[in-house]
Amino acid sequence: MTEILVLVDHVDGAVRKPTFELLTLARRLGEPSAVFLGSGSEQAKDSLAGYGAEKVYVADDPAFGDFLVAPKAEALAQLVESASPAAVLIPSSTEGKEIAGRLAIKIESGLITDAVDIVAGADGAPETTQSVFAGNHTVTASVTKGTPIITVKPNAVTPEQATGAASVETFDVTISDAAKTARVVERKERKATGRPELTEASIVVSGGRGTGGNFEPIEAFADSLGAAVGASRAVVDSGWYPHSYQVGQTGKTVSPQLYVAAGISGAIQHRAGMQTSKTIVAVNKDDEAPIFELVDFGVVGDLHKVLPQATGEVNKRKG
Amino acid sequence: MKIVVCVKHVPDAAADRTFADADHTVDRSGVDGLLSELDEYAVEQALTIAEASDDAEVTVLSVGREQAADAIRKALQMGADKGVHVSDEAVHGSDAIATSLVLAKAIEKLDYDIVLCGMASTDGEMGVVPAMLAERLGIAQVTLGSELAVEGSTVRIRRDGDVSTETVEASTPAVVSVTDQTPEARYPSFKGIMAAKKKPVESWALADLDVDPDQVGLAAAWSSVSATQKRPPRTKGQIVTDEGEGGAQLVEFLAAQKFV
Repeated sequence: MTEILVLVDHVDGAVRKPTFELLTLARRLGEPSAVFLGSGSEQAKDSLAGYGAEKVYVADDPAFGDFLVAPKAEALAQLVESASPAAVLIPSSTEGKEIAGRLAIKIESGLITDAVDIVAGADGAPETTQSVFAGNHTVTASVTKGTPIITVKPNAVTPEQATGAASVETFDVTISDAAKTARVVERKERKATGRPELTEASIVVSGGRGTGGNFEPIEAFADSLGAAVGASRAVVDSGWYPHSYQVGQTGKTVSPQLYVAAGISGAIQHRAGMQTSKTIVAVNKDDEAPIFELVDFGVVGDLHKVLPQATGEVNKRKG
Repeated sequence: MKIVVCVKHVPDAAADRTFADADHTVDRSGVDGLLSELDEYAVEQALTIAEASDDAEVTVLSVGREQAADAIRKALQMGADKGVHVSDEAVHGSDAIATSLVLAKAIEKLDYDIVLCGMASTDGEMGVVPAMLAERLGIAQVTLGSELAVEGSTVRIRRDGDVSTETVEASTPAVVSVTDQTPEARYPSFKGIMAAKKKPVESWALADLDVDPDQVGLAAAWSSVSATQKRPPRTKGQIVTDEGEGGAQLVEFLAAQKFV
């Protein structure tokens, strides 16, 4: 049995969508076993079963919430030593990559980050695809030492429902003192907006400097399409929108079916975060904005006029 | 207060970056390089902390080929006190695991309270080396801070994660990394540029660090690239000028693509 561990990304038991994508990828390589660290596993079990998890390993320790990253890395390493899986898949979340990095050193195994695809290679071992240099190049790679650890970007694959046994196996962990050094003294959950999450959405409407800080036209258009809202770095730096909405090299990288860039010039910083989107549309007053080199359709005009008209049209068609 | 700032010399992100055909490593010769933009934030924070302490010293450390000296020089011009350049042919083609090993060994030879890093390199973009350094050095990992405060021997960051914002605190020694949400880096002043010429930069090879060449480099890497491919450029689509119907035309396009 080729067991593939998938680290579950959850908020108190509510499993986030990228985990289901990882379970789908894990099924290409072997039998997925979900690894649930923290509290709320009861709530998560059914959804994990629904995407093919054959097993759910569960460990809970206050250290997971009280201290940054290190306790989870330790727990995962301990599980890998005892279960000897064929590979470990981890979502490319903020903490996911750091857990993966520490795990690689602990279990002396190779690490590939931000895979956008995984297939079983010639010998059954995972072969990954990465999109690098602002999406201009793709890289095919595999781990050559130890138990492959791969972090996967959101939207790498559409999650496929499959019935898994999801039999729960609790495992004990010993968290060392050395892992309890970076204390989380406060945590504020971000409020849900009612819109799709930026990295998970199939349509994203982003606003840039051209909005002048008024995101109403962006939000209205996004809502008419059921889209997520994104922002350029200029917008975030000006304090008009929070950093969690930033699309770009130092924000989120998205690859939705449709990306609409309004009032965004298209500097390389931003392009790095969206240029592998399937369809790209832009609205900008400047006909020489670099963004127009990327688009499948572009409108040279004022977004404050174009977007409201477009929103009206969409809503009219929806009836 | 002793701070070691880790910096990387990287190919200019605005240029046409590519891979060397021979071994699929990043082509560092064909493209101009510079101090990674994201590492500038780390240098800035190091200098800010140093300015607020009585007896601080900022050492800038880089592992890289000859050109990495430029990255060190820029940090010295900004105000760092001394530099350490680890340069060895054997390091070429190292993965993050080996890079973190070399950095950790170099850091262990230095006196430090805080190791400061940027959030990720702009070429590899993995963002894992700071966590790996904490693992190797056995000290606190206080990473991805959008705000950093140092009070005595306590470091505190505001960390903006995917679903929540956390305040994370630790006692030194600690590895700290900062994001591009921290204040913009200062420009070197003319005085700083002149002063940098006299600042000491030590050059170390692997032998100085007690690192075996077998532990690093392309052959030692724990993952391997089998192919790289340049994506074909996107073909420019249709552009219309809004003369009162731009929004409607946009929606017609979307409808034809079945988005509406």
